[in-house]
Amino acid sequence: MSETATSQEPLIRARRLTKCFGSFTAVDGVDFEVAPGEAFGFLGPNGAGKTSTMRMIGTVSPVTSGELTVFGLDPAQHGARIRARLGVVPQADTLDNELSVLENLLIYGRYFDLSWAESRRRAKELLEFVQLTERSNDKVEPLSGGMKRRLVIARSLINEPSLLLLDEPTTGLDPQARHLLWDRLYRLKQRGVTLCLTTHYMDEAEQLCDRLVVMDRAKIVAEGSPRQLIDRYVTREVLELRFRRTDDETDDSLHLDGRLEGLAERVEQLPDRVLVYTEDGEAAAAAAHERGLRPASVLVRRSTLEDVFLRLTGRSLVE
Amino acid sequence: MTTAGLRLARPGTIASRRSVRVLEHDLLVFRRGWFSYLLSGLSQPFLYLVSMGIGLGLYVNSNGGAPGGVPYLDYIAPALLVTQAMMAAAFESAWPIMGKIEWDKTYQASLNTPLGATDLLAGDLMWIAFRATLLSLLFVAVIILLSAAASPLVVLAVPVAVLTALSFAAPIMAFTATQTGPGGFNALFRFGITPLFLFSGTFFPIEKLPLFMQPLAWITPTYHGVAAARSLSLGQIDPVGLTVHVCFLLVVIVAGVAAGRVTFRRRLVV
Repeated sequence: MSETATSQEPLIRARRLTKCFGSFTAVDGVDFEVAPGEAFGFLGPNGAGKTSTMRMIGTVSPVTSGELTVFGLDPAQHGARIRARLGVVPQADTLDNELSVLENLLIYGRYFDLSWAESRRRAKELLEFVQLTERSNDKVEPLSGGMKRRLVIARSLINEPSLLLLDEPTTGLDPQARHLLWDRLYRLKQRGVTLCLTTHYMDEAEQLCDRLVVMDRAKIVAEGSPRQLIDRYVTREVLELRFRRTDDETDDSLHLDGRLEGLAERVEQLPDRVLVYTEDGEAAAAAAHERGLRPASVLVRRSTLEDVFLRLTGRSLVE
Repeated sequence: MTTAGLRLARPGTIASRRSVRVLEHDLLVFRRGWFSYLLSGLSQPFLYLVSMGIGLGLYVNSNGGAPGGVPYLDYIAPALLVTQAMMAAAFESAWPIMGKIEWDKTYQASLNTPLGATDLLAGDLMWIAFRATLLSLLFVAVIILLSAAASPLVVLAVPVAVLTALSFAAPIMAFTATQTGPGGFNALFRFGITPLFLFSGTFFPIEKLPLFMQPLAWITPTYHGVAAARSLSLGQIDPVGLTVHVCFLLVVIVAGVAAGRVTFRRRLVV
């Protein structure tokens, strides 16, 4: 907010970025750029290397090899300078249970070298922004998961960062808490804060991200806007068929395969249902009916990033 | 920013503006519990000095007193001052630090700001030194109240106690950063801290220990802290001996901090 980049220079630039822990490669030569003002996402399952990438950007984890610049600076040389302009929402809340809600923000402001008065001014403003003013003097422990998350977001904004890193910001929250959080993040984006987030929820990526990369097994497997990815990798609609299981499950699935042949561009068989990728879901449903298929339930829906992920990796995102 | 960077880069300098922020955090937490802390800090010396110094002292004194004919209360008072600071510092550099590293992960949150791993180490060491100073001041007040010191130099036993506390806190913080659970602490206290409390010349001279154990006592910071504080409190000062004691403590602190810088970085920056 205070130090908005003026040029076209990317805020984050990674080339062949790699992170190894011993013989394990967590991030394997990834390339990406994040432009000022953008909301950029890393979508992928647990263990895909999202958090390791975020920690390198946050300069709290040294780069093993490749290049990384944040605000045009090298994290190995200028970690503290980079962190001074970053806001970080880590996966774990890491709130201080020994301090009150307000004090958690106050001391964090001090870590960024704000005066006590300035820190207090911003803390009060931020508590207002995340709707926690009434809880200012309460301990952190009894807060709900959603409130704690909002407090962590308020904390990450105390230094008025131009780039906000969010590692799975809504994991474990109920739908209402997630929507409130998304709303706050959307407002920040409108104020010009660059967002960089990881998630394994496709709806979150669709809601928040202008552009995203799909990560799987330490590598980036696709890049684009949510719409582009859906257009590129899947059809417009998906027909979901659920079948009542017979005694012999494997026989059941084999049996279906033949009859769905040629019905659509692509048919994906999951343990609990069959996904038929098609431009016209209703037509495909009718065709399936004509072929004598009698599924227990039929659903036609628009394709999502979940389908993109399934297409790219052969696995579903949340297992 | 640049000057701070340069200042930090100079080897041996670990106290910085950033580490003071960590101390501020600890003081903010302390605002809640300071009264009960001071109350227990005042009751401890009373309990120890009355039960052991005066109670047990009756028997010791009727048998000629401590070495040099010193009243037993006067003999153990400075030693208990030092060992209390040591035990408190040992505790505070174990469990609470483990909490910040592993259980609450508040160090992780701090590292997302301009603070670095060394700032956390330095800041929390200053915090432990601050608490050791408070405890020792209270202890000396009780010593003076009970007329358990022969010399006004007993007030200089406070910095000695603080140095002893740091000579434990620094290496134990370094050790804590290598641990993933509190299991190691139980062994550390059972086989390290408690024996040191009992056998470092606190209650009787180390010359009374079996011969093979005497060099062992000599290489512990507790022995040096106790000996230095006692010489000040009794007014029996040997400048060379005092210098050796203090230097020994300083060497252990410097080594502990050096180790801590390595283990903190290894643990927190991965």
